[in-house]
Amino acid sequence: MSKILIIGQQADGKLSSSIAKVVAAAKLVGGDIEVAVFAKDGSAAAAEAAKLDGVTKVLQIDRAENDNELAAVVAPQVVELAKKGYTHVFAPGTTFGKDLLPRVAAKLGAQQVSDVMAVHGPTSFDRPIYAGNAIVTVEAPAAPAVVATIRLASFTAVGSSGSAPVEKVTVEATLPTHTRFIKLEAQKSERPELQSATRVVSGGRALGSSENFKVIYDLADKLKAGVGASRAAVDSGYVPNDMQVGQTGKIIAPELYFAIGISGAIQHLAGIKDARTIVAINKDAEAPIFEVADFGLVGDLFTVVPELTSKL
Amino acid sequence: MKALVSVKRVVDYNVRIQVKADGSGVVTDGVKFSVNPFDEIAMEEAVRLKEKGKVTEIIAVTIGGAKCEETLRTALAFGADRAVHVKEEGEIQPLTAAQALAAVFKKEGAQLFLLGKQAIDDDANQTGQMVAALLDLPQATFASKVELEANKATVTREVDAGLETLEIDLPAIITADLRLNEPRYLKLPDIMKAKKKPIEAVSLADLGVTAIAGLKATKTAAPPKRSKGIVVKTVDELIAALKGKGLI
Repeated sequence: MSKILIIGQQADGKLSSSIAKVVAAAKLVGGDIEVAVFAKDGSAAAAEAAKLDGVTKVLQIDRAENDNELAAVVAPQVVELAKKGYTHVFAPGTTFGKDLLPRVAAKLGAQQVSDVMAVHGPTSFDRPIYAGNAIVTVEAPAAPAVVATIRLASFTAVGSSGSAPVEKVTVEATLPTHTRFIKLEAQKSERPELQSATRVVSGGRALGSSENFKVIYDLADKLKAGVGASRAAVDSGYVPNDMQVGQTGKIIAPELYFAIGISGAIQHLAGIKDARTIVAINKDAEAPIFEVADFGLVGDLFTVVPELTSKL
Repeated sequence: MKALVSVKRVVDYNVRIQVKADGSGVVTDGVKFSVNPFDEIAMEEAVRLKEKGKVTEIIAVTIGGAKCEETLRTALAFGADRAVHVKEEGEIQPLTAAQALAAVFKKEGAQLFLLGKQAIDDDANQTGQMVAALLDLPQATFASKVELEANKATVTREVDAGLETLEIDLPAIITADLRLNEPRYLKLPDIMKAKKKPIEAVSLADLGVTAIAGLKATKTAAPPKRSKGIVVKTVDELIAALKGKGLI
């Protein structure tokens, strides 16, 4: 039977919303599902993980060095833990998971499966290649372990009505000091997080300036939506780069997505393929975004969007 | 300080990817290939560091068949001083590649290893991290800014929450993200000069590497297509349509 170890990403004591989706992928593999929380004090995050449906046990590894979850520091601990009979090691397809997990896989001597988007069995998975323009089904060797990152846009978060036991664990591992955290410049926002928001409103190059992005924020606030942007809008400096949606930015799967003043370059479409419903507002009726939109409205965004916001 | 930069030959990013009818992979015959764009960014960064006098020699490395010599020539035209070609005709998966690259890094006694955060063909995003693991060295992935000193580097990284800054001791591995720089256009004299620069050929066996069992691709398929929806004329129609589907 499978025994799955999930790296329970956390920040400031809060469990990442991505973990509920990783658990969903793990449930499709079946077997025991254990979530390991590496933190300075992981009590709160571990308690959150314990509630996730399907989790059988939570391991809390408290260590001062784990404060900023540096890959070089967390990896040796995961490797030690993973050797204790786990058949699978899963991490979320966040920048944290992508940074950490190959470091674990290499130490275990395993090739890694990146961006699992479907689970066919304990060792059979689908993953995207060529920016999602092809989907490959792969068979991963079972030994030494199946090491995989999970593509968040492909799985629906499990509920949180469980009550798994939390166990405080000490992991014997020598941790390096060659990597030091200096700072994190985070965009503070009251709006829903882009990758877990059920509704997202994105603006593109046509917005023309960061001041003009106000029409996007206004609509988003009315809809209680997260705010994203195309690469063109980010490169033009209208918004910070952590708002970028697309192949080289964030890949999202909201219920409702608004692409406003976004032409729909392949790069951008790769990030919204899994959105349930796409609404496009653009003054160019020929824009490629209309080829994938469920609802299209041709018009000047500066009149259409405020009208939409006021009528909602 | 010596810097190693790895470059991978991939299907050009402008090519419309076609899946083979029998599901055995994507069409690569008669298709344009070029240097992985993220590796070009890594190469550009190395050249800029050399221009600033922080790096003294740049060594380009690739793994692959005879055609990868073109890839190395491009790297040499960018400004690499010489190149190492790990000759291997078969498919190479990230951990095997990382073992070979780690061996070259050690052999060359380099202090800095720059590479793209991922290759745009298999989109694995693993190799740099794996090299760092195998050599027990620091890694700074998804770099958008690199400040290099004699014994350490300060690297700004693009992470989900914003921008993270790390300080890492050298030697170290840094993977380039999109906004690290904009690679220069190659000039004809540089392309001509690159033809005379030396390329050393080695095999995986020379580096003491044996391929590790990898993932087996059992089927390749095109992604499900989204169908074109309807065009509404007014905001009121749009609101009615969204309400009709229970979305607002």
